[in-house]
Amino acid sequence: MVTSIVLSGTAMGCIYALIAVTYNVMFSASRVFSFTAGTLGMIGGVLGSLFIIRMGLPVALGFLLALAGGALLGIVTEIVAVRPVLKSLDQHLYVLSTLALALMVQQFTAIEWSTEPLPFPRLLDIARVEFDQQFWLPMLACAFVIVSLELLYRHTLIGHAFLAIAEDNYAARALGLPERRLRMTSFALAGAIGALAGFAGGEMLLAFFANAPMLTFYGFVPVALGGMGNNRGAVVAGLLLGLFQQSANFLVGGIFASVAVFTVFIIVLLARPNGLVGSALQRRV
Amino acid sequence: MDTEAAQRVSELRAARAKTPAAASAFSLALPYLALLAVAILFPLFGGGYWGVIATRACVYWVLVSGLNLVVGFAGQIAIGWVALLTLGAYTTSVFAAGNVTAPLPPYLALAIAAVVGAIFGLIVGLPALRLRTFYFAITTLGFATIVTQVALAWQSVTGGGVGVPGPVFPDPFASQWGFYYFCLALAAICTWMTANVATSRFGRALTAIRDAEVAAEASGIAKPRLLGTVFLFAGATAAVAGGLFASLQSYITPDAFTIDLSVLFFIAILIGGRSSILGPLLGTILLTVLPEFAAPLVAWSTFLYAVLLLVIVLAMPGGIAELLDFKNRRPLQSNRAIVPRPDLVARLLDAQGDTGTLTLDQVALSFGGVHAIDGLDLQIQPGQVHGLIGPNGSGKTTTLNVISGYYAPQRGAVMLGGKALPALAREARAHMRIARTFQTPRIVGSASVLENVMIGGTIDGRGTFVESLLSLPRHRRDEAMLRDTAMLALSAVGLERLAPVRADRLQHAELRFIEIARALMLRPRFLLLDEPAAGLSGEEIARLATLLLAIARAGTGVLLVEHHPDLIFDICHEVTVLNLGKTLAAGTPAEIRSHREVVNAYLGG
Repeated sequence: MVTSIVLSGTAMGCIYALIAVTYNVMFSASRVFSFTAGTLGMIGGVLGSLFIIRMGLPVALGFLLALAGGALLGIVTEIVAVRPVLKSLDQHLYVLSTLALALMVQQFTAIEWSTEPLPFPRLLDIARVEFDQQFWLPMLACAFVIVSLELLYRHTLIGHAFLAIAEDNYAARALGLPERRLRMTSFALAGAIGALAGFAGGEMLLAFFANAPMLTFYGFVPVALGGMGNNRGAVVAGLLLGLFQQSANFLVGGIFASVAVFTVFIIVLLARPNGLVGSALQRRV
Repeated sequence: MDTEAAQRVSELRAARAKTPAAASAFSLALPYLALLAVAILFPLFGGGYWGVIATRACVYWVLVSGLNLVVGFAGQIAIGWVALLTLGAYTTSVFAAGNVTAPLPPYLALAIAAVVGAIFGLIVGLPALRLRTFYFAITTLGFATIVTQVALAWQSVTGGGVGVPGPVFPDPFASQWGFYYFCLALAAICTWMTANVATSRFGRALTAIRDAEVAAEASGIAKPRLLGTVFLFAGATAAVAGGLFASLQSYITPDAFTIDLSVLFFIAILIGGRSSILGPLLGTILLTVLPEFAAPLVAWSTFLYAVLLLVIVLAMPGGIAELLDFKNRRPLQSNRAIVPRPDLVARLLDAQGDTGTLTLDQVALSFGGVHAIDGLDLQIQPGQVHGLIGPNGSGKTTTLNVISGYYAPQRGAVMLGGKALPALAREARAHMRIARTFQTPRIVGSASVLENVMIGGTIDGRGTFVESLLSLPRHRRDEAMLRDTAMLALSAVGLERLAPVRADRLQHAELRFIEIARALMLRPRFLLLDEPAAGLSGEEIARLATLLLAIARAGTGVLLVEHHPDLIFDICHEVTVLNLGKTLAAGTPAEIRSHREVVNAYLGG
C-alpha cells in the first residue's frame, strides 16, 4: 500500500507541479495569474483522447496535436483575456477575464465533448506493472519540463529575453526587446506545458471537463506555497501536495483529504502570504 | 459666541440645501418603488411557472444584495459565494426536517442559518485581509468545492446524494404566491438595507478600500473591522437566501449548488456595475429571466454568462449603472477656476488647544544598502508651515511616510507632544488628527467629489454599521454632519460647484485640492502635504499658498514637501533641506536662501 501511495502521490504531485509551472510561465511574462492554467491541463487530456481514441490517430501525432492545441489556447488566452487588461493591472480585471475564458472553454468541452469522464488511451503498448507508465509518464514529463526550462532560461538568448521581461518589463522594452511577441511565445509555451501535464497524466485523470477547476485549484497550491514565479519551489511544493493528498486519501478517505488539503493550504498561506520561500516588499505610497 | 454659532449653523443649512443629493432623494428611490410596484402586481399577470421564476429572482437578490457590498463596493473578488447559499440551504432544511434535533419551526431554522452563514461568511472572507486578489479568489472557489463535497459525504445529516426536503413555511406563506410575497418582502428589506449602507460612511469607506486603499488608511478606516462586518452581513443574507432556495426547490441535493450559480451571482453584480444597488438588482433580474426566453440555449447558459462576463470586463467595466448615469454625461464647464475661500478654513478647524510638537528624533531608515533617511531631526510646530525640500531621492517622501506610519523607522522615534507614535499604525494617525495627501492623488474615481471628501471624515461618525443598515437617527445625524462639513471643506478649497460630479472627470489640479479638502475633514492638528503644487499653474499655486497659510493660522502644523522654491520661500516659517537622507540646512527661508551649500547643490546660483 505504501508503494502505491508513494507512486500515485508522486505522479499527482508532478501533474500539480506542471500546472504550477504553467501558472509561473504565464506570470513571469505578464504579471498575471490566469484561471486558464487548469483548463490547459484538462484540454491536454481531452484532446489526447479525442485524437487518439476517437479519431484513431497514431499516439505520437496525437501527442503533438494535443500540445499544439494547448499552445493555441495559451495564445488565445494572451490575446483575448490578458493583453486587453494589462494596462490596468491594479484593477485586477485579469482575474475576471481569464475566469470568463476558462469557463467558456470548460463549458464548451462539457457540451461538445462529454459531461462524463471518458477513457484516455494507454500510450505505450506494454504490460501493466506496479511502477506503471501512468505513474512514470507524469514524472518523466515533469523532469523534462523543469530541466528544459532551466536550460532554456540559462543558456539560450530567448531564455535570457524571457528572464529580462520577467525581471523588469519596462527596462526590457527600452532595450528593444519585442515584449509583445515574447509574451505571446511565453503563453504558447505555458499552454504546451499545461497540455503536457494533462496528456501525461491522462490515464490517472481521464478526459474529463471537470478536471479544469480541480487542476486550477490544486495547481495553484504549489504556486502559492512555493512562491510566485519560482519553478523549483513549485516542484517541491507540488510533490509534497501530491503525497499529502494521496496519503490522506488512503488513510481517511477522499472528502476529508480535500478538506485537509484546503485547510493546510489556507493556514500556511495566512501564516506566509508570500509562500514558504518567497518574500516580497511592495512600495505602496 | 451664541450668535457666531447660530450664524455657522444657518450657513451650514444653506450649504446643505444646495446639495443636490438631499433634494433628489425621492427621484433616487423612484426606480426601486416602480420595480416594487411591478413585483407586487406581478401575480395579476404572471402564470404559475413565471411565479417560480419571479420567486427565484427575489431569492437570488437576497444573496446578491449582500454579496454586492463585498464585490461591488469593497472590490473583493469572492467568486465562490455559492458555498454560503449551500450552507444556508442545508442548515435550514436539516433543522426544519429534524435530522439532528427535534424538528424546529422553519423561521427559527432560517434564523439559525443566518447566524451560521454570518460566521462562515467571516471565515471565508477574512483571508482577503492578507491575501492577494487572485489568491483570495482561488480560496473562495476552493471553499465552494469543499462545502459541496462535505454535503455529499455527511450522509447522516445531509442525506448525501439523496438529499433532504426543503423547509415548508406555514400559512400564509405556504401557497405559491404567499411564498413569493415572503421572498419579495425579504428582497425589498435587503434592498433598503444595502442602499442605506451604500449611502453611509461605511459604503464610502468600502469604495475607498477598493479604489484608494492608502487614502482609506490615512483617513483612519480600519479595513479588518469594516470588511469583517460586511462579510458577516453578506454571509447572513446568502444563508437566508439558501433557506428560501431550499424551500423553493422543495428538495435539495448537492447537485443543485453548482459553481455556475456562483458565476451567475458574480456576473449579476458586474453587469450591474460597481458601487451601485440598482444596477446589480437589474442584473439579477436579467440573468434570472434571460434563459427562460431562450429555452434551446439553457444548456449553454453558463457559457453565455462567461461570454457576457468577458464582454463586460473588456468593453464596459462600468456596467448598467454607468449606462443609467445620465447626469454625469452633461459636459462640465471647461474654463473653471479653483477659487479657495481661506476665510472658511478657521470655521472648519475649530480651536484645538495645545497639541504639542510633532518631532522626529534621529530617525533612520534604509532600504537594502540605500540610506533613505539617515539620522533626521525635525520639529513641526502647530500653527506653522514647515517646508521640506531637497533633490529627488533625498528622503522627503520617505520622511512623510515614516510620520504617517507606512514605514517603521529602524532607529530613532517619531513623537507627538513628547509621546512616541506607534510604528506602522497607519489608521491610528487619523485618530491623532494627523492627515496627509499623496504625490499622486488617491481618489475614488467612480464616487462624486462630495463623497470623496466625506471619506475624510469617516472616523467622526458615531453610528454603528447596524444603525446605518436600518437608517436609525444616529446614522442620519452622522450623514447630515459629514455632508455639511464636506460642503464647507469643498467651499474652503473652492470646489463646491463640482460637489455632485464624478471625481474621475476632474482635472489634475482639482484632484489635488480635493485631497486637501478630504484631509481637512479630519480637523488635523498636523497636515502632511506631498508635493501639493505639482502640476498646478502659477495662479493656482498662489491660491494654494493663501489656503495653506490660512490652515496654519487656524493652528494646524503643516509639513510641506515641495519642489517649487517660490511656494516654499513665500509661505514657510521654517525650512529643512535634505540631501541623501541627512539635513543639509535648516532655518528660516531667509537663512536658507543665503545658505551657500544649498544654493550650490539645489537652488542653483
